[in-house]
Amino acid sequence: MLVKQLSIFLENKVGRLREVTQLLKESNVNIRTLTVSDTSDFGILRIIVDDCEKAERALKDQGYTFNKTDVLAVEIKDEPGGLNAVLEIIDRNGLNIEYLYAFVLSRQGMAVNIFRFDNLEEAIKVLTQNNIKVVRGEELYQL
Amino acid sequence: MVTSFFVNSMIYIETIIKRWFYIYKKKGLSISMIYNMDFETMPREALEAIQLRRLQETLSRVYATVPFYQEKFKESGIVPKDIRSLEDLKHVPFTTKQDLRDNYPFGMFAVPMENVVRIHASSGTTGRPTVVGYTARDIETWSRLMARSLCAAGAGPGDIIHNAYGYGLFTGGLGVHYGAERLGASVIPISGGNTKRQVIIMQDFGPTLITCTPSYALHLVEVATEMGVNFKELKFKAGIFGAEPWSENMRQEIEEKLNLKAMDIYGLSEVIGPGVSIECVEAQNGLHIFEDHFIPEIINPETGEVLPLGETGELVFTSITKEAFPVIRYRTRDITSLNPDPCICGRTHVRMNRVTGRSDDMLIIRGVNVFPSQIESVLMEMDNIEPHYQLVVDRVNNLDMLTVLVEVGQQVFSDEIKVLQTLEKSITKNIKETIGVSTKVKLVEPKTIARSEGKAQRVIDNRKI
Repeated sequence: MLVKQLSIFLENKVGRLREVTQLLKESNVNIRTLTVSDTSDFGILRIIVDDCEKAERALKDQGYTFNKTDVLAVEIKDEPGGLNAVLEIIDRNGLNIEYLYAFVLSRQGMAVNIFRFDNLEEAIKVLTQNNIKVVRGEELYQL
Repeated sequence: MVTSFFVNSMIYIETIIKRWFYIYKKKGLSISMIYNMDFETMPREALEAIQLRRLQETLSRVYATVPFYQEKFKESGIVPKDIRSLEDLKHVPFTTKQDLRDNYPFGMFAVPMENVVRIHASSGTTGRPTVVGYTARDIETWSRLMARSLCAAGAGPGDIIHNAYGYGLFTGGLGVHYGAERLGASVIPISGGNTKRQVIIMQDFGPTLITCTPSYALHLVEVATEMGVNFKELKFKAGIFGAEPWSENMRQEIEEKLNLKAMDIYGLSEVIGPGVSIECVEAQNGLHIFEDHFIPEIINPETGEVLPLGETGELVFTSITKEAFPVIRYRTRDITSLNPDPCICGRTHVRMNRVTGRSDDMLIIRGVNVFPSQIESVLMEMDNIEPHYQLVVDRVNNLDMLTVLVEVGQQVFSDEIKVLQTLEKSITKNIKETIGVSTKVKLVEPKTIARSEGKAQRVIDNRKI
């Protein structure tokens, strides 16, 4: 059910992001999707990779500060109103979204969005009850 | 000479006492860890009588042998005979760092070079280093004062001391070294640097005491952790940290991370090196100054007026037993206060409180006096903040801007921007509430703040004034 996401602390300096991608390249890790959140001083790079453990080891060796977070990959109809419908269900049930971003690939008319929820268990329950598909991690990494 | 007979018999008696102490300790009778019971627990009247006699002898000697002091005294219209009580010391002119620099290298030595067996120099970060010298008896005095210091921290024969202070012109390394040998402890002269090897040696040799700067201690822990070594499995019982100011909160941090009792040691090469004062393990509250060798005063740095006991001001020392390089009313530029309260350890020597900073360490940010140690205190008080920080001062649009760089360690990192921003804000808020100055906080990646092997460079002042 859960998708492992790595979030890495980066200072707002030229070349910082590339250092990470270089490291992942050398470790032969493939990024499936990513997003960068920024403030004026620092940014948080969030990535989902195909081999999470390998990436973690590489980051740890190089002394990066990073976290591993559980997020959900929610399937959304790839048409106008697709995301809206899902958000309506989430709001109706009082769930709180910390952040979300889109997954790069879509398949068979369905897009995938990555959600970070405050309360994971509750979110999984609500989504499944409302027939919204949550994509399993293992499936996602290989998409 | 009567004086040298007195000194020699004191040395003899001290040796007897030391042996007796050693025998009793070996037999397992618990006795307070005081190296020189006779002098360190001497009643005040006797101590002050000895101070006065030694002071008068020193003043006569420097007047006769050091042209600099003779001129200085003449300018103030005094002669050594005028000093008839310890109170009269306030009439004697001060000596400053600049005076030492002006007499570089050997201008203030009180003995011919034939009698000087050791030369040390201070780091001299601003301007010329200051050079000091020692006769054989000075080295013996210094060794005994360091033995007292190590003993006050709980060391004795059988203890293994991991000495990571730098060896060389800096007085730290050799100071501890000679003290340890004098005490009869086993010293590992590892000096600074090559940290990974130091960690391996700590595991293999099992030292029970460590001596180094507080910033290096934290660096050692970092490297040890990376190597998978936990200080709780090592055999340290105590550490003696000095050569730079450090806060009470930093002490808690060090005691927790290194799993030992952390004592502060104070000294400066101009006065003798380390071994001017030491914290006792019994109280860990203030450093006992070896008053039978150094007379301390606290003065108002602006007016030079001597302040009463308990008030904060600049620390001034007069050495009363040094031969090659005596100093008369030397202004240390260190800010502290004296605490005359009786100490539970039994020593009667006055304590000086933690040095909060030097009068020249102090930053003036938009008119407010700020010591780096104050900021350190605030940071160390907050949970999970790494003890690696740096202050950067800039002048932007004619206003001073202080930025505090704080490393984001694993403990404090969150996946959520808002958590990190809240952290930045709470640091700013805490600093503002404690010190009254608004600072900007910048979170930086771990290991980006340079680690030091000696004194940490806490402040980068970019203002060109």
